[in-house]
Amino acid sequence: MNATAGTHGERFQPRTRLRRTIGSVCATLFLAATLVGIVALVVLLIVVWSDGAGALSWKFINSFPSRFASRAGIKPALWGSLWILALTAAFAFPLGVGTAIWLEEYAPRNRLTTIIQTNIANLAGVPSIVYGILGLALFVRALALGRSIIAGALTLTLLILPVIIIAAQEAIRAVPSSIRQGALALGATRWQTVRHQVLPLAMPGILTGTILALSRAVGETAPLILVGALAFVPFVPRGPTDGFTVLPIQIFNWISRPQPEFHRLAAAGILVLLVLLLGLNAAAILLRNRYSKKL
Amino acid sequence: MEKHTGGRPPSPASPAPAHGAPGPARRNTPPYDGWLRGDRRRRRRERIVVGLLFLCTAVSVLTTLGIVAVLVTEAAGFFAEVSPVEFFTGTRWTPLFRPRHFGILPLLAGSAMVAVGAAVVALPIGLVSAIYLSEYAPDRVRRIVKPALEILAGIPTVVYGYFALTFVTPMLRQIWPQTNIFNAASASIVVGIMIIPLVSSLSEDAMSAVPRSLREGAYALGATRFEVATRTVVPAALSGIIASFILAISRAVGETMAVVIAAGATPRLTLNPLESIQTMTAYIVQVSMGETPFGSLEYKTIFAVGITLFAITLAMNIVSLAVLRRFREVYE
Repeated sequence: MNATAGTHGERFQPRTRLRRTIGSVCATLFLAATLVGIVALVVLLIVVWSDGAGALSWKFINSFPSRFASRAGIKPALWGSLWILALTAAFAFPLGVGTAIWLEEYAPRNRLTTIIQTNIANLAGVPSIVYGILGLALFVRALALGRSIIAGALTLTLLILPVIIIAAQEAIRAVPSSIRQGALALGATRWQTVRHQVLPLAMPGILTGTILALSRAVGETAPLILVGALAFVPFVPRGPTDGFTVLPIQIFNWISRPQPEFHRLAAAGILVLLVLLLGLNAAAILLRNRYSKKL
Repeated sequence: MEKHTGGRPPSPASPAPAHGAPGPARRNTPPYDGWLRGDRRRRRRERIVVGLLFLCTAVSVLTTLGIVAVLVTEAAGFFAEVSPVEFFTGTRWTPLFRPRHFGILPLLAGSAMVAVGAAVVALPIGLVSAIYLSEYAPDRVRRIVKPALEILAGIPTVVYGYFALTFVTPMLRQIWPQTNIFNAASASIVVGIMIIPLVSSLSEDAMSAVPRSLREGAYALGATRFEVATRTVVPAALSGIIASFILAISRAVGETMAVVIAAGATPRLTLNPLESIQTMTAYIVQVSMGETPFGSLEYKTIFAVGITLFAITLAMNIVSLAVLRRFREVYE
């Protein structure tokens, strides 16, 4: 560190104190900027809670929507969301895991596989409303499923499929190859190896990824508006071909009204939606913590 | 990291002799073919399974083809009636009432304004959060702050819309009283908050991948922590950081509900973020909520706007992936 000539023939000046000061000032600024996101989150939760907590009651959860704010509830929306959740899970889980298994365990390493893999990465970035347009043209019109739960669930399946595939691929990739080699050496076929050795070990990771993807599906609004989820549903759906609404659409409907009492209902609906999401995420974390040590 | 050597399942011939091969002493007895029969069944099942798994994979390819096919065919119907020149250069967008004009520029401008506003909020905050988490934060802090930031990405967008309308807009109106109830600024701010974790997570991953030796080299030359972070780590992770920026902006362009709720439904060419505007996504929602007859020109505008939106976001995603791949520094 003998500071002799700089580029312009000047002496190198360490200016240590100045640089240290800049450093510590910026460190504080960095911390402050990081906290902006956290503060926004806290403020958002406080705003929603203070607006909505008063409207939250068992009657609210167990009533049908109404023109009168005091009588309105989210029963059909809650059931609609649960139907959508269950059907989407039933479609998306096998498809996503199957794709991940093929890509990780069977796919030849050639151009086609690269294209498929790139395609999945790109699908993950397609705006959700474009999936809604696809669902409208394909499921609602072409397959004539109408404005039904099943059309909505299929649309959301396509939407979250890339997320599940990518998570499942990572989980499968994390299984050590010695386990596969052991099974194959004992004469198991490739599928027997996958079915009895790889999948059980990868399952916690796969389930965590699937649950997180499903929690995205539960919060989606725009694609379901496109496939025609209804704004006013005075009944609880009984089967997959029924019309439906979901929590986010009911919330959107209430936000769109000018009266402040409906905004309070929207906030209460948001609280229910957030609790549902919290439950899903807690399940994902529990699964991860419960099984992650066994590998 | 090689998990398996090739694509083909191991030759079924190889395990079979191990089970069924008759030893020299049993040369005259027929080989015990129970194994072989079982093996044939296993082979058949293996083929069926591979077929089924490939069908699963085909779904995601078909999804892409389906999106492109639907958008192209329906948009072609639209462009048979409206000239693409009018569509891409027209400055008025009034397809739902007469006189009808089909110029998409106001919607493009609306989407661009929200995306730029969101970028102004999210890119600096996201990048600085990433620097803090990767270079400054003690492990204990990082383990709390990182998941907390990621919660922001998990909150449904309709909730952000509510937050914008009932909290951010009133706040803006206190500062600038002329602010419209529905305005681009409020939507931009919440969309920006929403995409902070996208920037911070991906950028932090890129920074964490910068090898320790680079940092140690810089420290050994007398650099301060700030200089190491900004002049060594950030340039080394630049491809990942830029990829995260592009992805985040693409997400902001495609964002729908927060914009529908907070930015309004007035397609207009303006640079004033305090006015009501309309984005491409918000227009699509507006049309699909109304009673537009199937097959009408109004109905087809969904697909014309949709294909524009799809092309823009796809281009950004491809560029982002390419940046990540092409300009990645490879450290041995």
